[in-house]
Amino acid sequence: MDKVMSNKKVIALYIAPALFLVLALIYVPIVQTGYFGMTKWNGVGAKEFIGLENYMALIKDEMFWKTAYHSLMLAVFSVISLIGYLFISIILAGKIKGADLLRKIYLIPMLLASVAIAQLWLKIYHPSNGILNTILVSLGVENPPSWLAEPGLALYAIIVPIIWQYAGFYILIYYAALKNIPESLLEAARIDGATPWQIALKIKLPLIMNVIKVTIVLAVVGSLKYFDLIYVMTDGGPNGSSEVMASYMYHRAFKEFDFGYGSAIGFFLLVICLVVTWIIRKFTAADENVY
Amino acid sequence: MNQPVRKNAAPVILPEKQSSFGTHSLWNRTAYGILYLFLAIVAVFQIFPIIWLFLFSLKNNQEVFNMSPFALPEHPKWENYAKVWTEGNISQYFMNSVVYTVAAVILTVVLASMVTFAITRMNWKGSKLVLGLFMVGLMIPVHSTLIPLFSTFTQFNLIDSPLSVILSYTAFNLPITIMILLGFYEALPREVEEAAVMDGASINHIFFKITLPMTSPVIATAAIINMIYNWNEFVFVNTFISSDSYKTLTVGIQNFIGQYTTDWGAIGATLVISILPILIAFFILSNRIVEGIASGSVKG
Repeated sequence: MDKVMSNKKVIALYIAPALFLVLALIYVPIVQTGYFGMTKWNGVGAKEFIGLENYMALIKDEMFWKTAYHSLMLAVFSVISLIGYLFISIILAGKIKGADLLRKIYLIPMLLASVAIAQLWLKIYHPSNGILNTILVSLGVENPPSWLAEPGLALYAIIVPIIWQYAGFYILIYYAALKNIPESLLEAARIDGATPWQIALKIKLPLIMNVIKVTIVLAVVGSLKYFDLIYVMTDGGPNGSSEVMASYMYHRAFKEFDFGYGSAIGFFLLVICLVVTWIIRKFTAADENVY
Repeated sequence: MNQPVRKNAAPVILPEKQSSFGTHSLWNRTAYGILYLFLAIVAVFQIFPIIWLFLFSLKNNQEVFNMSPFALPEHPKWENYAKVWTEGNISQYFMNSVVYTVAAVILTVVLASMVTFAITRMNWKGSKLVLGLFMVGLMIPVHSTLIPLFSTFTQFNLIDSPLSVILSYTAFNLPITIMILLGFYEALPREVEEAAVMDGASINHIFFKITLPMTSPVIATAAIINMIYNWNEFVFVNTFISSDSYKTLTVGIQNFIGQYTTDWGAIGATLVISILPILIAFFILSNRIVEGIASGSVKG
């Protein structure tokens, strides 16, 4: 048994193709991104090594910090929306008939291409014929805003479909975790006279705290690297008011052909995502002893 | 396990419980009704935009602009679908999406199965490290790899080639696929495989003839999750592919909609065509999709 299952050649053969792809297409590129960030490069010509110039410029780049702030807002709203998702899941995991069907309905938007969702919401927000303003006008609102064209509103108008899109995903995760709680625990609390509200807050929430922490990481990191919907709906506009880090990187590299600077943003994005993941994990790992 | 105990206790508790239910029953039913209404409203909010999309995909502009958005079209304009399918390159984009998706799903599932097999079934130093390498891959933002990938593919003449897209899909989906497979492999009894070793079977024989068939349920789950990701992917195709003949639906509909900005029916029909395969897969395989998303998200 041991001999066959320790055959080095076979092991290498089974691991190598996948490992090669992941190394070549994920790990080598992130190192390269860090290096390309130290060059002046238009994407086709020779790279000119300029040291940390791009990274220094990045730190002083007001536009970059603006996009970082937009990404942060996205993360904040995503984490806040987790509370809503959790609330829905707790109701759903109670004795609700048709819970299974409901949570599948909730999931549908998450399965669809962000590009299709973005195009659909462009129509929803359409200033004159979109369904949102049609409803607002029929309710007597005289001059409904032209959502995505207003610098003060565009970012928040985009956050709504993002929350809509991911609702089913987080509800699914919370629902599965809540259903994993042993019924005997809840039964014991009920016999002791605990109200459903007390059971939810004092028993269910602490028991699924680990899952909640994972979803916080997913929501924050997912928001920081968010791209598709914004690229299609506003392309960062109007006037950069909905530009986020990933779309800014894309613009600088693939539209303005400043690949060196784009790489610096890409590397910064990587560092931020890894650091944030690490901080949340560390911070929540220490928490675990409490429960 | 507590069941028998509770059953014994039931006759004692039951009368008391019933009486307390009696006094609160109206309140209970109202509360239940309100919660139900709330859940239903959320469901409507989730599903309504998609229904509205179906409705306007069957209307012409006059109907979209002058009728209530909730109204059914008088005569459904199925010709919107015929028009976008033949004009523009929608049929071509659709076929490309199918080919890239299928190729990448097969490649990813086979490679991920081999890795998971080697990690869970074979004995070697460094298996933990290699697994860790795959799992950390989950955290790397695609955008941090985009410029070097673009430059490398250009160097190897793979830019504007389907291969660049298929390989990228595979590399970036391997981590989550391995994660989905891992739980199943670990729970799977090893007796059959051990018996095969005793009988002198080769590892390839064990993997292809015994393990792969035994893991078919989780392979189905992993495949459907991969299919959804690949079908919906946007940024790789948008960056690596420039020829219309190689574009997928997600990128193609962008161009197409750019040309038809004022024809709502055509846009609606295009979007419906692009989401329909996923919706159909969901109606048939919703349980597998739910399971795949759950196992691919939390355990990490």
